[in-house]
Amino acid sequence: MPEETTAETTAETTAKSGAAPSRRSLLGWGGAGLALGAVAAGGTAAALRTGGDAQPAALSGDAVPFHGTHQAGIATAVQDRLHFAAFDVTTGDRAALIALLKEWTAAAALMTAGHEVGEGTAGTQPEAPPDDTGEALGLKPSRLTLTFGIGPGLFEKDGKDRFGLKSRRPKALIDLPVFPGDNLDAARSGGDLCVQACADDPQVAVHAIRNLARIGMGKVAIRWSQLGFGKTSSTTPDAQTPRNMLGFKDGTRNISGTDTEALARHVWVGEKDGPEWMVDGSYLVARRIRMHIETWDRTSLKEQEDIFGRDKVEGAPQGKQRERDEPNLKAMLPDAHVRLAHPDSNGGATILRRGYSFTDGTDGLGRLDAGLFFLAYQRDVRDGFVPVQTRLSRSDALNEYIQHVGSAVFAVPPGVRDKGDWWGKALFS
Amino acid sequence: MRVLRSSVVAAVSAVAALTAVSGCAEKSDTEGSDAIKVTASDDACEVSKTSFPAGHVKLAVKNKGDKVTEVYVYAPGDRIVTERENIGPGTKVEIAAEIKAGSYEIACKPGMKGDGIRQKVTATGGGAPKKRDPELDKAVAEYRKYVLAQAEETIPAAQKFVDAVKKDDLDEAKKLYAPSRVGWERTEPVAESFGDIDPKVDVREDGLEKGQKWTGWHKLEKSLWDAKKITEDDKKLADQLMADLKDWQKRVGTADITPTSMANGAKELLDEVATGKVTGEEERYSHTDLVDFHANVEGAEKSYELLKPVAAKNDAALTKELDKQFAALKKLLDEYREGDGFKSYDTDTVGKDDRKKLSDAVNALAEPLSKLAAAVAK
Repeated sequence: MPEETTAETTAETTAKSGAAPSRRSLLGWGGAGLALGAVAAGGTAAALRTGGDAQPAALSGDAVPFHGTHQAGIATAVQDRLHFAAFDVTTGDRAALIALLKEWTAAAALMTAGHEVGEGTAGTQPEAPPDDTGEALGLKPSRLTLTFGIGPGLFEKDGKDRFGLKSRRPKALIDLPVFPGDNLDAARSGGDLCVQACADDPQVAVHAIRNLARIGMGKVAIRWSQLGFGKTSSTTPDAQTPRNMLGFKDGTRNISGTDTEALARHVWVGEKDGPEWMVDGSYLVARRIRMHIETWDRTSLKEQEDIFGRDKVEGAPQGKQRERDEPNLKAMLPDAHVRLAHPDSNGGATILRRGYSFTDGTDGLGRLDAGLFFLAYQRDVRDGFVPVQTRLSRSDALNEYIQHVGSAVFAVPPGVRDKGDWWGKALFS
Repeated sequence: MRVLRSSVVAAVSAVAALTAVSGCAEKSDTEGSDAIKVTASDDACEVSKTSFPAGHVKLAVKNKGDKVTEVYVYAPGDRIVTERENIGPGTKVEIAAEIKAGSYEIACKPGMKGDGIRQKVTATGGGAPKKRDPELDKAVAEYRKYVLAQAEETIPAAQKFVDAVKKDDLDEAKKLYAPSRVGWERTEPVAESFGDIDPKVDVREDGLEKGQKWTGWHKLEKSLWDAKKITEDDKKLADQLMADLKDWQKRVGTADITPTSMANGAKELLDEVATGKVTGEEERYSHTDLVDFHANVEGAEKSYELLKPVAAKNDAALTKELDKQFAALKKLLDEYREGDGFKSYDTDTVGKDDRKKLSDAVNALAEPLSKLAAAVAK
C-alpha cells in the first residue's frame, strides 16, 4: 500500500472521529492498525509472521484499510465470518446506479473503519428512521472487509446492453459451463453485483450487508445471500489450517496473502490481461456446495481418508507424516479429491480460496442443510476454476457426498484508490 | 400502527378526561358561569364570546332548533379538539376541553351533516401553540375528508356484500367480498387506530386471542372460499360486520390526524403490503390480496400527494424519488389487472419470481417513504 494512501485514510479517520462516535475510537487505535494495513496489502508481514497459530488476539478487533491498490477481502488474512450478498440491479438508470455505487463506497469506507453509516444511529430527526440500523454500535471494526464484484448481467441481460457496458465486459468473465452433477437453484445463483462482507464478528458482517441493501433499495435488490462461519481456508501460512464440515483440513496449500509473487501470477489481473479497468482486480467464483452430512458421517474413516487423499487428524498427504509434507499424488487413489484438485493435475491452475462453512438449519427432512460456501479468486476464470472443476465434476470421489446447488461469477475490480474513487469508477468512466 | 396507536392512546385518554370533566360539570350551574354559551338552531350557531382564556374551557350548548345537532371545536386544519353528537331539539349539554392558545372554530351541524355553521374563536394567553405551515393544515383537513369519504363509500359496498351473504348467494358474495374492503384498506392505519373495531372486522384466524370469537370479513372469507357454504351464524356475523363498520364510519372523523401520522400511515400501508399481502397471508382463502395491495398503495399515495407540496420544499430529491417509485409500483400492479379488479394471488398466477418483483418494488417505495415524516416535520 502506498504511503500517501495510508496517510489519507488516517487523516480521514481522524476527521471523522470528531464528527461521529466511532467504534474504532474505543480501541486506542494507533500504529498497530497501520502495521496491519501494510500486512493486509501484502507489504510488511512481520506482525503476522510472528504470530503463532492464529491472528494475534490484540489485532482481531482492528480495522483493515479500505483504500488501496487491491480490494481488501481477497489477500487479507481470512476473518472468521462471512455475509455474502448477490444483488440484481433493478434500475435501468445509469446515473442512479452510479450514484448508488458512490453512496455504497462511502458507506463501506465508514463501516470498515468501524463508523456508523450516514448520520448514524442517533443525530437524525426523531421523525426519521436512523441512517444506521445500529446493531454494530459499540462493536469493534472486527477487521471488516467489503469486497465488491460485478456479474455478467450488468454488461448484458436478456440480450440487452442495459448500461452501455456490453463492449467493456472482460473476456475472462465467462458464463460458467454446466458441470456434470450440478443442481443449481436459480434463486441461489447469479447476480448483477455482489458484496462479500468478512469480519471476525458475524454481527458486524451482517450489519454491513443490511445497511448496503437498505441504501440500495429502489436501485438494487438482494437476489440471494449466504451467511458463513468457520473459514475453510486460510491465507495466512502460519495460521492453523481450518477444517470444513466434513472434518478435514482445507486449504493447506492455499496461496498466502503475503506471497506477492504468487498473487501476481494467479490472482491479480495484470496489465497485459486487460481490460484496463480490471488491472489489479480479480475474478471471483462463488459456489454453494451442499454436503450430504449424514451419509458422510456413516462412511468409514479409511474411505473418508481415501476420498480426500489426506489423513483426517493431521491432514498429512497419504504416505506422509506431516500436514505440510510435499504430497505424492501417485500415492493417492486416482479419484482422490486432493489429487484431482492439485495444480499438477490441472496444468498448474491455481486459485486463491476464501470459502466458509455454512449451515442453514435443517432441510425439512431432518438433514443438516450444510456445506461449503466456496469462494475462489483468480486472474482468469478460464485458467482457474474451470479446469479444476471440470476435472473434479467428472471424477472426484467426493461427488457422492456433495452437490453444487448455487453458482455465480463476478469481476472484482481493483481497489478504491482514494476518497475520489468509487466502486466501478474505472468501468463507468 | 405504531405511530398512530400512540397518538390514539393520547386521544383516548383525552376523551376519558373530558368525560370525567363533563360528568361533573353537568351537575353544576352553567348559567352565569364562565362557560361559553353556544346557542344552536337550524340556521344559526351563536357563541356568547369569541375570545376566551386558554386552558380548561366549557361550552354550554343549547339546541333551540327542530333538528338534532352536533357541536364541534376545530383546531386549524379541521383537527377535532372536542365534539358532541346527538344533541336533540330543546336539550342542553355541556362540553369541556383543554384548549391551548390559538385560533379555533366552533361549528354547529344541524341535522348532523356537512361542514356546519362556523364561528371563529380565539383562545388567549398561555404558551402559543407551535406554528404549523398552513399547507400542512390543509393537507390534514383534506386527508380527514378523504378518510371520511372512504368510510362513507364503504357502507353501501359492504351492505351489498352482507345482503348477498344473507341471501345465501355464494357466488355473488364472493364477487362482492374484495370490493367491500377497499375503503378500509385505503385508510387502514386510521381505521385500525380504533383499537376496538379492527379486531372485530379485520382479524385473521391466527390473530385471535384465546376466548375471542372470530368475526368480520376474514371469517366470512373462510366460509365462502374454504367451507364453500354460508351458515346461519355467518349471516349473523354479516349483520355484526355491518354494525361495526357503521360504528367505524361514525367515529373515524374524530381520529387524531397530524402531518406526521399521515406520512407514517402511508409508510405503514406499505408495511401492510410487505408483511401481509406480498406473502399471500392476508387473503389466504379468497386470494384477493392484490385488491387490498392496490388499495393500500392508493391510500398511501393519497397521503403522499397531500403532503407533497411541503415535502418538496424541504427535500426535493425525496419527492422526486417517491414520484418515481409510486409510478413504478403502480405500473407493476397494472400488469396484474383483470376486469375491474386484479388477478387471483395464488402461486399459479403470481409465481415466486413475480412476488419477488412485487416485494422489491414495495421495498423500493417504502424505504424512501419512511423519510417522508421527517421531510414534513422539518
